[in-house]
Amino acid sequence: MTTDTLAPPANPTDTDRTTRPARPGGRRARSAALTAFTWLVALVFFMPVLWMVLSSFKQEADAASNPPKFFFTPTLDQYAAILNAGTGEYFLNSAIATVVSTLIVLVLAVPAAYAVSIRPVGKTQDVLFFFISTRMLPVVAVIVPIYVVAGRIGVLDNIGTLIFLYTAMNLPLAVWMMRSFFQEVPKEVLEAAQMDGASLMTTMRTILLPMVAPGVAATALLCVIFSWNEFFFALNLTAVNAATVPVMLVSTMTSEGLFLAQLSAASVLASLPVVIAGWIAQKQLVRGLSMGAIK
Amino acid sequence: MSTTVNTSTSATRSAAAAQHARKDVWLRRAPLLPALIFTIIATQIPFLITIWYSLRSWNLLNPDSDVFVGFRNYIGIFTDSTFRQVAMNSVLYTLGCVLLAMLLGIGLALLLDRKFIGQGVVRTMLITPFLIMPVVSAILWSISMFNPSYGLVNWIIGLVGISPIAWTSQFPFLSVLIALVWQWTPFMMLLVLAGLQSQPKDVLEAAQMDGASALHTFFYITIPHLRRYIELGVLLGAIYVVNTFDQIYLMTAGGPGTQSANLPYYIYQRAFLGFDIGQAAAMGVVVVIATIVIATVALRLIFKSFMSTEQ
Repeated sequence: MTTDTLAPPANPTDTDRTTRPARPGGRRARSAALTAFTWLVALVFFMPVLWMVLSSFKQEADAASNPPKFFFTPTLDQYAAILNAGTGEYFLNSAIATVVSTLIVLVLAVPAAYAVSIRPVGKTQDVLFFFISTRMLPVVAVIVPIYVVAGRIGVLDNIGTLIFLYTAMNLPLAVWMMRSFFQEVPKEVLEAAQMDGASLMTTMRTILLPMVAPGVAATALLCVIFSWNEFFFALNLTAVNAATVPVMLVSTMTSEGLFLAQLSAASVLASLPVVIAGWIAQKQLVRGLSMGAIK
Repeated sequence: MSTTVNTSTSATRSAAAAQHARKDVWLRRAPLLPALIFTIIATQIPFLITIWYSLRSWNLLNPDSDVFVGFRNYIGIFTDSTFRQVAMNSVLYTLGCVLLAMLLGIGLALLLDRKFIGQGVVRTMLITPFLIMPVVSAILWSISMFNPSYGLVNWIIGLVGISPIAWTSQFPFLSVLIALVWQWTPFMMLLVLAGLQSQPKDVLEAAQMDGASALHTFFYITIPHLRRYIELGVLLGAIYVVNTFDQIYLMTAGGPGTQSANLPYYIYQRAFLGFDIGQAAAMGVVVVIATIVIATVALRLIFKSFMSTEQ
């Protein structure tokens, strides 16, 4: 489903077959062996995930068995148990923190990236340097004052606090990534629009934004991945009201550590949104993770 | 923006032009300001408070203890043998994870960089460990994989006659490292794959025409081309991995003792279990200084990458 996103490499076997028709069988066999090996490696690598998914469809006794059970009657009991245990609130908290912070990030990052890429004024490099340096600031270095100050102004265990922090966490990444998309907009297009007398806002709305829309989507996906998976802030700054999915998982693990099948079902549900988002956005993943340095 | 300026004398015209230019600069800057101000408030102010706390001896359990002590917390850090051990662990986790993940990532990327049946599916499977929530990956490894009695790893090594191992208590460092390498290999693979696919095809074909062996082509053309991607992966990976917390918190709790703790986990322990705000803050400052050193190198590289792609 994603092969079209890969630049198809020049197939060496094709050209070889025409120039050296003597041993096509040998080459094909080697190619098949290499394919089989690739599949084997991928399956080994994927095994832990697969095992988690399998466990989530087992009864508890089948999940924690030795030797492990590969064949069993699948059941949805564990999913039902998790969904009936009032986990909806945690998912809602995670969703709110993720969606709202991502929206704020985009509202702040898109104009900022425009300012540093389309019509930059002096010191652009310094500003970009500053943004990215904040992404490298270890969170442990700021957790103490954030905790103390949040406690003093009464915003501990508050979803707004998480939204604020996730926005700060993702903003530098978003500015850098959006910058790389704005830079791909041909200057001529903007100049032509200006020649035609289009105002700045019109140019923005009708020309620029449609052109960088895929970039906005990719940036949003990365912000979603990082916010949804975030654990450190959520662990230290929330308790009951604002606890997110990872916090719920950890409390499930410590209180019901023996219920492996149920824990697996909760893990699958917790991971699913981001895994699917990442699968869809495979190509943009590289660009985002390298802060736009690799396209 | 209107450009018609109705002025009669050249003096007023230039004054107006200057004013216009100033206004224009601010108009250009304006879209940047909200993001910039937000980032300054959200990151710089807490860090300044961290520095302030690091100069005080404040324990949350003892409100009277909050007095200015100068650099005493910093002296405490450098005479703390646990801090040194934990800092060493941080270095070992980061180097070990980044290097192993990079080697595996290069291998996987080479396997993926050819056309074969199910290429998309294989790639999708391989990037999944990176997308799985880190908390889930930690639970997965510490329970499903490494559990002494029903974990999959002990069953597999049992097939070849090795007796069960209590992974997370006997080999806590290695267990965490394995989980980290598993999580970060896809990251490296994706960056290296992007590098492989950006190789100019004509150069590779020319090398083949000239009779260069596959091995020669790999070492003399592919590896030099990949260098930028590998450097970027190592440095970005290091910046992320240095901050590892979830796996250590869930798999070993830094134990036994502080054997498998890293700096973020140790600081967390001091702040949230020991309530020693001053000491934890001072450690945070030290970590930031260390990170700045690494980050400066990384940033220079990223900028270099940008300059070369933009030309």
